[in-house]
Amino acid sequence: MRRNRPTRGSERKAGTVSQSAVQPTPASPTPEGGHLLEVRDLHVEFRTGEGVAKVINGVSYHLDAGETLAVLGESGSGKSVTAQAIMGILDTPPAVIRSGQIRYQGRDLLTQSEEQRRQVRGTEIAMIFQDALSALNPTFPVGWQIGETLRQRAGMSRGDARRRAIELMELVKIPDAANRLGDYPHQFSGGMRQRVMIAMALALNPKVLIADEPTTALDVTVQAQIMDLLSDLRRDLGMAMILITHDLGVVAGVADRIAVMYAGRIVEHADVRSLYKTPAHPYTKGLLESIPRLDFHGQQLSTIRGLPPNLMRIPAGCPFHPRCPYVQQVCLDVVPHDLVLGDGRTSACHFAQEVRDDRAR
Amino acid sequence: MVRFILRRLLQMVLAFFGTTLIVYALMFAGQGDPIQALAGERPVTDAQRAYLTEKFHLDRTGIDGFFYRYFDYIRNLLQGDLGESLTGRQIGDILAAAWPVTIKLALIAMTVTVLVGVTAGVLAGIRRASIFDNSTLLLTLVVLAVPTIVLAPIAQYLLGVRWQLFPPTAGADPDFYALLLPGIVLGSLSLATALRLTRTSVAENLRADYVRTARSKGLVKRRIVSIHVLRNSLIPVVTFLGVELGNLMGGAIITEGVFNIPGVGFNLFRAIRTEDGPLVVGIVSVLVVVYLVANLVVDVLYAVLDPRIRYE
Amino acid sequence: MSDFETVAASEDPNARRGPSGEPNAPNQVGGTAVTPGRPRSLAGDAWRDLRRKPIFWISSALVLVVTAMAAVPALFTAADPADCLLSRQHAGPSGGAIFGYDFQGCNTYARAVYGARASLLVGALSALLTGLIALTVGMLAGYFGRWIDAILSRVIDIVLGIPLLLAAIVLLKRVASDSATIRIAAVIFVLAVLGWTTTARVVRSSVITAKEQDYVSAARMLGASNSRIMWRHILPNTLAPAIVVLTIALGSFIAAEATLSFLGIGLKEPTISWGIDINNGRVHMRESATPLMVPSTFLALTVLAFIMLGDAIRDAFDPKLR
Repeated sequence: MRRNRPTRGSERKAGTVSQSAVQPTPASPTPEGGHLLEVRDLHVEFRTGEGVAKVINGVSYHLDAGETLAVLGESGSGKSVTAQAIMGILDTPPAVIRSGQIRYQGRDLLTQSEEQRRQVRGTEIAMIFQDALSALNPTFPVGWQIGETLRQRAGMSRGDARRRAIELMELVKIPDAANRLGDYPHQFSGGMRQRVMIAMALALNPKVLIADEPTTALDVTVQAQIMDLLSDLRRDLGMAMILITHDLGVVAGVADRIAVMYAGRIVEHADVRSLYKTPAHPYTKGLLESIPRLDFHGQQLSTIRGLPPNLMRIPAGCPFHPRCPYVQQVCLDVVPHDLVLGDGRTSACHFAQEVRDDRAR
Repeated sequence: MVRFILRRLLQMVLAFFGTTLIVYALMFAGQGDPIQALAGERPVTDAQRAYLTEKFHLDRTGIDGFFYRYFDYIRNLLQGDLGESLTGRQIGDILAAAWPVTIKLALIAMTVTVLVGVTAGVLAGIRRASIFDNSTLLLTLVVLAVPTIVLAPIAQYLLGVRWQLFPPTAGADPDFYALLLPGIVLGSLSLATALRLTRTSVAENLRADYVRTARSKGLVKRRIVSIHVLRNSLIPVVTFLGVELGNLMGGAIITEGVFNIPGVGFNLFRAIRTEDGPLVVGIVSVLVVVYLVANLVVDVLYAVLDPRIRYE
Repeated sequence: MSDFETVAASEDPNARRGPSGEPNAPNQVGGTAVTPGRPRSLAGDAWRDLRRKPIFWISSALVLVVTAMAAVPALFTAADPADCLLSRQHAGPSGGAIFGYDFQGCNTYARAVYGARASLLVGALSALLTGLIALTVGMLAGYFGRWIDAILSRVIDIVLGIPLLLAAIVLLKRVASDSATIRIAAVIFVLAVLGWTTTARVVRSSVITAKEQDYVSAARMLGASNSRIMWRHILPNTLAPAIVVLTIALGSFIAAEATLSFLGIGLKEPTISWGIDINNGRVHMRESATPLMVPSTFLALTVLAFIMLGDAIRDAFDPKLR
């Protein structure tokens, strides 16, 4: 694709944005009846001086308009890398996308030019990050940073951008927004900083919001507030959301579906209810058993033994086998495929049905 | 901000007294004949001896006499009276003639540093590990390692005497052209340091999380680098340049000496050579003040540039 | 002063980001961060890295040559550097004088060879003395912390703020003696007293790092005395970074000695010093440039060798910016 081709309609003109402040965007039609966003068999490697780390090994998931997908996994499971690949903000090198597709509204983003992908960022898909303090530029006032998106991407004037930034800060419930416009990120509390981050991501009314561990760096009470805010905003603005987290507790009230990642693969994929009730992968099961539960008072918490695999030397067969209580000979030799369990559920385990039906929990 | 400046001013006053006291003690509190110590190995005439005794109150002795002399010296210093050199000239006049030359030289050096050093540093930082980056790294290491006493005479010989591209020496009241070569030689050191500092800072900031955020906002790369990254990575560079300008204002002993430029450093150089004690003490005292003021300005500048410092 | 700077020994530390790009968050699901690569020793890694660098080999070779020159100058020249005849003033190359003769009619090459001794002596002893001061101060400040650290760190700040050349001039002006030994000792003393701060900072920070290590806490709990902990457990950890900084400092000290001698306040004739010869050569450069070029080249290569060696070792041990 050519660089200097005139940009297509995704840049909005000044004035058209400010009116659409709080109204929900209608769920966008997805061509071909497909999904709004779909990741297909994505493979990503990191090539460093020490070797090649296979970070993403065939991830597939999809997101429909207006829904929330939770992507769950430990650090290093590849959940953030997948998200960065969708945004097109992976550092290459060291990252190399080996194969796969990332289809947004039917078009494969990975075949697009950098300029086309840039047009998608912020207007179609936006992202918020874990640590808002480092994710915001320390040397510019927050109002300027929110306004920058509006001025640069929506062609707004300084004054319009300023007014719209105040609206956005009010939208994310930052008290006294007009007076805090000139403050710098370090002058905000952790929760307020994350709200600034969210306001910035919402500036161009994206259809998809990727929230990468948005509450991990925050206090527990603030975590709940931010999750509620995200949940409300998603509903009110009619966005779809990918919520990346390692915290099963965060997911329950917010997500529609959950994809569990391990060693760069989706090992289980299910709607929230089924997954909590009858996990069909030993890893998910282990995760659920390691959550403290009020109703199981006094019982000892179990943990998953062992450590996540070294991504430069992922074990043969099922990558989870060294830590799996259900391990059999076949797990050491054969990589399990996604087993379809009905109701859109899949599990990458040779013994998915046995695990699901094992009610030992 | 005001409190910050006030606190730094107070520290500065303390540092001024501390440093001048040390300089003064080193020059005058000691063994043997203080006048001979001042004058070095040269014979001292009776007239000079009388002048020095009166000027430095050498008739008073002991610790009490030392502090009396010190505060007398400070009082004179604060009144702008630096006294006379052994050659009978007013030290104040010598400095008034020397300073404009030194400032011109410093500005040339600083211009070279900013134009070449910072620009190349930004490029090297953006293209880290490229051929350009590696060769500038090696080149700056060489420049940093080669002492000025090697660089200045050889530049003077090759560019001035052999190929005659520049005037080899400046002489009294030098023009811009005569100061150009010494300015480049002088600037090469700060250039190399500024280049390395800029490179590290840019490379570091390019990997910062806020760059990822800026990309996810859909900003073009040029803007991310020129606004977001530069604003942050130039903070330490500007700080360095400020300190460096302060240093350059103090004159460059070797460069001015080699190129025969009648600046502050040259006068100090000559004062050392001719063992003109009062002139050395006088110049050093003023340089200390320049140095301290430069540091204060840099600290304030730093607070202006970095909002995280400003509001602590 | 600006044209008398030593190479800054520490470049800014910068945060390291793992290859996964994911910050290592406290993990509620019971896993830990992935560490790619099998554990290898830092020294082994550094050595592997160093072996591949031509700069390391070139600078090591230069350091060896100049050390040999300082130890046994007769290996490099049969001529006597003190054998000067005015009748040979600026005479061209002949016999043992491959670079001819200088203004005084001395053998330029022989003088450059013999000049290595004073330079290296001053450089090495200043580095050694610097190391002792820095290790003591850094160890006390880093290990005991609190008010001791507060006071020592302030002292470091103050000394670091003193312009080296100016202070050296003021200090050396007090040394009236012309005895070679006293002048060399004075230069060493002045350089060490003014130049120990960077190393002390490096030592202090590595002491603080080492102090937090588990085995040090274990030793303390087992009742080891402070001095034993410092001597046996912490000192070994601080030596490597300190030696790297001191290698670079050694180069800077050689340059500083030459500069002071150039100005006529460091070493003095009849001691043979590159700084003195460079100044003499500079004065007569219009008649003959060789007596300027030869000691200049010797000095520049020596300083460059030490600084490059230290820089290469530091890069190898410090994988941050690789």
